Amino acid sequence: MRLVREAEERLGALFADGEIPGFIHLSIGQEAVSVGVAAALDKHDTLASNHRGHGHAIAKGLDLNRFFLEIFGKQDGYCRGRGGSMHVADLSLGMLGANGIVAAGLPIAVGSALAHKLRSTGHIAVVFFGDGAMAEGVLHESLNLAQLWKLPVLFVCENNGWSEFTETSRQLATDPQRMAAAYNMRALAVDGNDVVAVTAAAHNAVAQIRAGEGPCLLECKTKRVRGHFEGDPQKYRDAGDLAAAAHSDPLVRCEAQLIAGGASQRAIDTIKSEIKSRVDAAVAAARAGALPTPGDAFAGVYSPIRELSS
Amino acid sequence: MSEARFGQAINRALSDAMAADPSVILLGEDVARPGGPFGVTRGLLDKFGPERVRDTPISEAAIAGAAVGAAMTGLRPVVEIMFMDFVTLTMDALVNQAAKARFMFGGQGSVPMVVRMPHGGGINAGPQHSQCLEAWLAHVPGLKVVCPATVADAYCLTRAAIADDDPVIVIEHKALYAVKGELSDAPTVTPIGRARIARDGCDATIVTYGGMVPVALAAAAELAEAGIESEVIDLRSLQPWDEASVLASLAKTHRLIICHEAVEAFGVGAEIAARMADAGFDELDGPIVRVGAPFMPPPFAKTLEDWYRPDAAKIVSAVKKTMS
Repeated sequence: MRLVREAEERLGALFADGEIPGFIHLSIGQEAVSVGVAAALDKHDTLASNHRGHGHAIAKGLDLNRFFLEIFGKQDGYCRGRGGSMHVADLSLGMLGANGIVAAGLPIAVGSALAHKLRSTGHIAVVFFGDGAMAEGVLHESLNLAQLWKLPVLFVCENNGWSEFTETSRQLATDPQRMAAAYNMRALAVDGNDVVAVTAAAHNAVAQIRAGEGPCLLECKTKRVRGHFEGDPQKYRDAGDLAAAAHSDPLVRCEAQLIAGGASQRAIDTIKSEIKSRVDAAVAAARAGALPTPGDAFAGVYSPIRELSS
Repeated sequence: MSEARFGQAINRALSDAMAADPSVILLGEDVARPGGPFGVTRGLLDKFGPERVRDTPISEAAIAGAAVGAAMTGLRPVVEIMFMDFVTLTMDALVNQAAKARFMFGGQGSVPMVVRMPHGGGINAGPQHSQCLEAWLAHVPGLKVVCPATVADAYCLTRAAIADDDPVIVIEHKALYAVKGELSDAPTVTPIGRARIARDGCDATIVTYGGMVPVALAAAAELAEAGIESEVIDLRSLQPWDEASVLASLAKTHRLIICHEAVEAFGVGAEIAARMADAGFDELDGPIVRVGAPFMPPPFAKTLEDWYRPDAAKIVSAVKKTMS
């Protein structure tokens, strides 16, 4: 969680300084969801992410240097500078990509789960989506299809209360629990800012999915601290809502849990210091990385041509 | 060599591909137990079982999106969209996901999926079941688009599409499903992107594809009676399309007509005309003429649909126009 926080706080600062092109969406305050769920996954479980996906990528174990290089738009980034923040992927780790289209990851995860099932890989697929995605039609099709075919897929709803610039209460006539119930799907709700609770719930859900009991929807109730995108002044939010978000910081809670469990402040500070150094190094590498050139711009639009046999 | 119908050739291609590669699966509305709305997938459920031949809910967006995820996780899904008109419901999965995944992930992997869909009129199916929307898909970098016209190509292009590592759209004209033709017992592979000369000629080049190929051949036969020998090029593949073959034919005939059932404006013909007006400018002895449907939705009534769809007479007059 500390690594995700440190990376995203740095990204926010770099973006404000104009070092990162495009736009980025931070998951600050929601780290317990990505980290807690990823703790229940195996290396080759597949993961479909979304536009607010830095935490999912880092928690899945992506290389921090290549992650930063990509967000800087550099040639040695994960996507060779073709994707950026909204498309970070590492197919070798089952990370099927962040996604710029709301709810697009759901059918991708369903299809990935179908492949796991038919290929008997023993792995599962996971998709992270926000409460805003609940209003997209393809989400409903995906829940129905996954439950109908009893596919090994975990639907993780990060319910942060905001659909871009609008409260979700003004967008949804229902809620995630009722929606899962409508498709006869198992559903759990958990305090998404409590990493211990998220981890326990995710282990529970994943164990049942691996046992062949079909999909599950895990709703993690959390709060969005930053704007929809960096630079969003959030004039649509009242001060109380923002203060409440800061008050429920999952890292503060986790640190208190660690201390209560016997960890020393010194050990925690050492970890923080090590993480800061890792992020420093990744940022330095990203700054130093080469920019892509138009010389091989077409690479990757299509696969290399290979000879076919009948 | 044996005789087969166009739809049967696709069925055989699917069957052979599934037998050769266990990662090939079929997804679509009514493709399994009912055997497909046009009977193309008949018998495949019995051969390959319900795990690999799947009737889906009426959820085109999720089916296409699931194919993307399945293709990224080791399968080679073949999706059937019941009518091409319904491709509208799959557009995010095709345009934003399948087409871009390889590129936007820096070439890390590919999305080897096929989406089959029938297009075209002739059965009075009305404005939402008759459209030819192939230009939309050919306009998207990352997608490949093929459109077979013969029984042999129905087999070969379907196999090539399934073997391809990129997302391929296979467009099948409804009017062709029942057409009979020769199919080799061991068909050769038709590479995607290679056109076929359907008829040799030296006076004018008619470039077309899919269901319009037999119409263009009928027009060429009529023109031959008037002493005009047309070369008919069956594109077979729209993205990529075989620019070299069209240019070579133009260099021989110096006259170019492009015809398709899709509306003429902003269609495949517009792209070919623009390229030939550039790369083939010195070869042209007359205007490039397009023959396509008028800029309106396909109408339902038989009288209107017959008027709407390009026919041999329209092609004949287009050839005569550029020859005059």
